Amino acid sequence: MKLKLSTRKAIWAYVFLALPLLFYLGIRIFPTLQAFQMSLYDWHVQADQRSFVGLANYTRMLSDQRLLQAFRNMLWYGLLGVPAQLILGLTVGLMLHSIKKFRGFFRAVFFAPYVAPAVAVSWVWSLLLSPHLGIVNQVLWYLGIDPQPFMTSPSQALPTVTFVVVWQFLGFHVLLFLAGLESIPRDYYEAAQIDGANRWQTFKNITLPLLNPTIVVSLVMATAAPSTGMLQLFTHVMNLKFDDPGGPLGSTLTVVLYTYQRAFQAYDMGYASAIVVVLFVILLIISLIQIRLTSREVEY
Amino acid sequence: MARGQQRLRVKPATVFVYIVLILGIVPMLFPFVWMVLTSLKPFQEVFSLNLLPSNPTLANYVQLFSRTLFPRWFLNSTIVAAITVASVLFFDSLVGYTLAKLPFPGKNVIFVLILSTMFVPTEMLVLPWYQMSAQYGWLDTYWGILFPGIMTAFGVFLMRQAFATLPDELLDAGRIDGLSEFGIFLRIALPLVKPSLAALAILTFIGNWNAYLWPLIATETRQMYTLPVGISLFSGEVGAQWNLITAGSAVAVIPMMIVFIIFQRQILEGVVRSGLK
Repeated sequence: MKLKLSTRKAIWAYVFLALPLLFYLGIRIFPTLQAFQMSLYDWHVQADQRSFVGLANYTRMLSDQRLLQAFRNMLWYGLLGVPAQLILGLTVGLMLHSIKKFRGFFRAVFFAPYVAPAVAVSWVWSLLLSPHLGIVNQVLWYLGIDPQPFMTSPSQALPTVTFVVVWQFLGFHVLLFLAGLESIPRDYYEAAQIDGANRWQTFKNITLPLLNPTIVVSLVMATAAPSTGMLQLFTHVMNLKFDDPGGPLGSTLTVVLYTYQRAFQAYDMGYASAIVVVLFVILLIISLIQIRLTSREVEY
Repeated sequence: MARGQQRLRVKPATVFVYIVLILGIVPMLFPFVWMVLTSLKPFQEVFSLNLLPSNPTLANYVQLFSRTLFPRWFLNSTIVAAITVASVLFFDSLVGYTLAKLPFPGKNVIFVLILSTMFVPTEMLVLPWYQMSAQYGWLDTYWGILFPGIMTAFGVFLMRQAFATLPDELLDAGRIDGLSEFGIFLRIALPLVKPSLAALAILTFIGNWNAYLWPLIATETRQMYTLPVGISLFSGEVGAQWNLITAGSAVAVIPMMIVFIIFQRQILEGVVRSGLK
């Protein structure tokens, strides 16, 4: 039997895609829908303890003080961390792009924390920042500055976590900006030079607009992306203060950490699902707004 | 800023940039230097202001590898990362190739379907995954730890971009030579996208070696912990034994540093190629 080439190609395509499609449907798409379903139930791991409760899990969220605190903290993590991440990433990226010697070396220096496991760096920082014995306070004392409480103070703990996260992911954003800067054609700079533009004019009129796609990606990654996003913190918060994750007094609690505690310590799966559904919708809206507000078509 | 601007004499701005970058080394690398140096100190010496250990010792590492489950956790992380990387490389490139080079009805629908899964946060999926794992008995097994990561939408996207640049004539030549469609993929297309494969392998390895949330949920007995889960819970247990915590962290960090230093260029290329720039 002789099949047409196009038919044969299509058959092969479906053969190649069979297993992957099973994976995406079964391990990604079905669980996404299941999370929505679970959020409507008083859902426990054992099937005989489940009951349909409608939107009760959602209304319950409105009076959950700890959850509301987690959402307030999320706002602060975003307001402190995202601008810091972008400004530092862009600054270091520009600096690395402008130098010729040791560029690879410095790139490695700033990227090093990104490849290290978040758990390990969080533990190391929690020891460095220990109020009585940590080396940071010893250095401050040496410089004549009062020792700081860092993770033990409700007012300093959240900025401290933010600092460690920005420190860890800085290299990732530097890399994004470096890649963006390398893709800007040199001719534009030469033309600007011929026109007599100064450094600031060149930066404002050429670099920044042409870097726009990078800025959008960096912004979304710093805000809402899993693992690098300031609004989805979990690992750092958990390990920077392991004796009281989210503390002191809930001042560093994140929505993801709270979901984890509800789901796997209280086994309150239905309620935890409702929280992640709300978080998902919020993150999606924020990302879409960010993309909408910052994406501009640039033509030269 | 542009290369065209650079002249032979050293400009003050360049000197300033180097000074700032050199100052930046301290906060970026000091934690790692401190970690390694502290891991070489005996317990009594951990809190001294002297950065350098007066009597460097490997005792902490000996203790870590002989009296704790660290070697097992290291092995678990290695097994999980190795299987995941192999699976991701094979399946993501197969799917990427199919979407880029084989015409078939429903192609766009399938591409959008796969891409859309990139936007669902892991936290939302871990609850159903846990449910599923509990039901099928996957908890506390290697399969249970690694099944969510055996294919990635990001990798499909990356590989599709890479295969799209290959000329169709090359593949047609393979058809004329009588290769099967799978043979064309394996023998002709795959060797031509090696840089993208390298980037995908490295990024997948980093992500898996460092993964925390799902392995924390999917493992129950200490024997099945991965390295990050082990460090996290072990550190919580031993409390103030900083020398052990720093030694354990060093064991987790150093392989990543080596991988990174070797493959720096590929990582940068991977970011550029993925269109993330």
